[in-house]
Amino acid sequence: MADTFRSQLRQALRSGLIAGVITLSVSAIGMVRLFAERELIGGAVTMGQILIYAPTALLVSLAVRKMERNAPRVLLAGLVAGAVSALPLIVLIVFESLVDLRQFMPNISPELVEILDLGLGPAVGSLALLGVMSLAGIAAGAFHILPDHIERPILQGLLWTLVVGLFSEILSGRLRDFFGAGFARLIFTGKALRPAVALVLFLVIIGAGLFWSARRERVRQYISALPPRQRTRLRFGAGGLGLLFLVILPLLLGSYLSEVANNVGIFVLMGLGLNIVVGFAGLLDLGYVAFFAIGAYSMAVLTSEGPLGLGHLTFWEAIPFCILIAACAGIVLGIPVLRMRGDYLAIVTLGFGEIIRILALSDMLKPFIGGAQGVLKISKPPFLGTALIRPEQFYYVILAGCLLAAFVSWKLSESRLGRQWMALREDEDVAEAMGIRLVTTKLLAFAFGAAFSGLGGALFASKLTSIFPHSFKLEISINVLVLIIIGGMGSLPGVVIGALILVGMPELLREFAEYRLLMYGALLVVMMLAKPEGFWPSAVRRRELHVDEEILAIEGASALEGGD
Amino acid sequence: MRSRLGNLDYINVFLWIVRASIIVVVIWGTVATILDNPYSPRQWMDFLVFGVAQGSLYALIAIGYTLVYGVLFMINFAHGEFFMSGIFTTSVFIAIPMSESGFLDRNPVVGLLIIAVASMIVSVGVAVLTERIAYRPLRKAPRLVPLITAIGASFFWQNFFRGLLGSENKPFPQIASLTGTFPLLGTEILKTHVVVIIATIIMLIGLNFFIMRTKTGKAIRSVAEDKDIAALMGIDVDRTITITFVVGAAMAGIAGVLYALVFRQVHFFMGFIPGIKAFTAAVLGGIGSIPGAAIGGLVLGLFESIGPSLFLQGLHIPAFNQLKDVIAFTMLVLILIFRPQGIVGEVLAEKKA
Repeated sequence: MADTFRSQLRQALRSGLIAGVITLSVSAIGMVRLFAERELIGGAVTMGQILIYAPTALLVSLAVRKMERNAPRVLLAGLVAGAVSALPLIVLIVFESLVDLRQFMPNISPELVEILDLGLGPAVGSLALLGVMSLAGIAAGAFHILPDHIERPILQGLLWTLVVGLFSEILSGRLRDFFGAGFARLIFTGKALRPAVALVLFLVIIGAGLFWSARRERVRQYISALPPRQRTRLRFGAGGLGLLFLVILPLLLGSYLSEVANNVGIFVLMGLGLNIVVGFAGLLDLGYVAFFAIGAYSMAVLTSEGPLGLGHLTFWEAIPFCILIAACAGIVLGIPVLRMRGDYLAIVTLGFGEIIRILALSDMLKPFIGGAQGVLKISKPPFLGTALIRPEQFYYVILAGCLLAAFVSWKLSESRLGRQWMALREDEDVAEAMGIRLVTTKLLAFAFGAAFSGLGGALFASKLTSIFPHSFKLEISINVLVLIIIGGMGSLPGVVIGALILVGMPELLREFAEYRLLMYGALLVVMMLAKPEGFWPSAVRRRELHVDEEILAIEGASALEGGD
Repeated sequence: MRSRLGNLDYINVFLWIVRASIIVVVIWGTVATILDNPYSPRQWMDFLVFGVAQGSLYALIAIGYTLVYGVLFMINFAHGEFFMSGIFTTSVFIAIPMSESGFLDRNPVVGLLIIAVASMIVSVGVAVLTERIAYRPLRKAPRLVPLITAIGASFFWQNFFRGLLGSENKPFPQIASLTGTFPLLGTEILKTHVVVIIATIIMLIGLNFFIMRTKTGKAIRSVAEDKDIAALMGIDVDRTITITFVVGAAMAGIAGVLYALVFRQVHFFMGFIPGIKAFTAAVLGGIGSIPGAAIGGLVLGLFESIGPSLFLQGLHIPAFNQLKDVIAFTMLVLILIFRPQGIVGEVLAEKKA
């Protein structure tokens, strides 16, 4: 027993050290310093502090999760891990006080050290940091001692209060528009939540969480006990409410937030498209931005009123052509890669994406698509005599596109073709043996994916009214890939969630935008390690990625039976 | 007999048309350029030497792709970042201070050796970390999964070093004794190019010795052949895979130093394009084969330096040098379509390709 406790302690020590190194890294690359500018709760909590304590708290709670609920031991492990996690930071503080590191690492500045040592100077500050980190570790351990039904609402309360605090600048702006400045000032201190309000919010969420966790089972039973007709009606009712919410959303959001929603919508469109290619058919396409660019340039050239415009069509006349051109491009670029699988496909499609971007940038095609100067004066969609210029108006165009794409994806996923794609994803050879025509099936996947992306590109071009080659970088492909992986490959709601988090957040919070790609990279790795099926997985995918565990479970069960 | 892909006929016809039209374009462009004769032989020679130097760099980086692909059948997308991390860190912490203090000009050989070793150490460190965290836990996962983590790792390292060392271009110091040219065969070669070519040859010979003659090399080859059998023979597979990453990253670290000598600038994004091109080189030569990586690198370097002037100029394409990167990517696509086994590669079984 003592032995296992010692090994658990060692485990906690290691977690603490890893947490310390993570915190040291995020400090050294400037995240802590930048995030510290955002206050969550007025005068009390900044995003930077969260960033310092979160790795420790998270890793400690992971480390103590396996321990039994023995209060002194868990707390001791938390204390040890927390204290250890402060050590790398203390080294940084001491080092910085001796040598000026800024000439090498521009982000290790006195300002950063001031945040880390709580403004107390190197000696006292180091001790203070040690204490605070130990407290963070103990707190994380203490959570483990609490019974589950209490731990969960508290965590939710903490999380949601912080999320509200994170978006307080935007929320207070909206409240001011609707209820006047006085009301907004009651809740927010301009850029952060007022501490008292935060406390109330925290308690309310805990109360709601406790209430819901007590009622959840009963509601679920009530719904499943309903007759099928009524259940369908309930579902339609919920869908209708959701739709109504989406329709009135721009009124709630205002101009700036509608613009953000529009960007999210374009990425939802692209995500839905890539979801067909990667999620359904299992073809990893890294050059997805190519079709986005093709759709955007088609819209640009067809509708531009500038010198490069060819067709002088209206937006609505041009849209079908954009989709068609992108779909054809999908097929043409799909043919050469028909025989490739997995990683080779990824690299070749990446090559295609780069080729398209370089061609768009080159002087060779300048007479047609403007080279680096891009295409200007792309027309906005006309509607009942007026052009949809403001973001709140354009929102409906994008919403229509997203709903159409979601509907098509949903129908496809349940269709014969959708099942063929999934068969292809599972095993190409078996799929072929079952009589699936690989060529048609694969090309259709590419064509549908490209069509969605082309639609997204066309909307993008019309939204901005001018496009330039540098908008079509590899980053876009990666961005779309990350969002479908976060949401869950092959899952439609997952795409929306992924787009909201990965596109919406960096648009709203400048500091997230700065470190967007870093976080995407880290997210890709962490997701693949910890939760490869994503946060909102489709049922099929979940089963597929956890196949080994299921087999093990079955084997284990049969072994037990054999033992009997 | 129906072929693997249902109605292959249309597809084959299409591919043949693609192949024929590219050959026609290349021949037409070449003939037009030769008739036009815009360059002197001396200039062609310069293109050639630059191509060989550039190709040497690609070859050194390509080794890393080929070795890892050989043992894991995985494209290590983050390899370009191993290349970048070594020289970027070393430039900031060692090369620039050393040059400012004048040490580098007084002792260029010692200085360069220190830089090379430091660059190798950082590259290897980043590679080992990446392998341990992002690849090793996923050995048994579906094949797309480690590829996705590799892409994630690549973006992570790029932006990590951007945050750590700054996003601006940093000048790599010029070394006094390496400026100027060196006469050879009636032309003048830049001394840095000579250094690059000689260093590459030494590294390749060393690597060949390591892989073919040492026990560890033998272990790497046997793991590449069959992991399970290798494990039965008492080889520590995980350790061998780590060593493979170490060797590849060390090569990339050296390539970073040579790259900095030639282009005299380092920045956080410098690994991406050379990485993809080196991957192209590895595929061109036949992925999994070390001589293939060397040959592929050389061929790609030559194509890139001579290609734009040779085929594109004759077609009267404005600013044809902008399309240099397109040549590499087009070659990658073409090889993968028409000769996926590369120049010297064996035909890979379906499972590997």
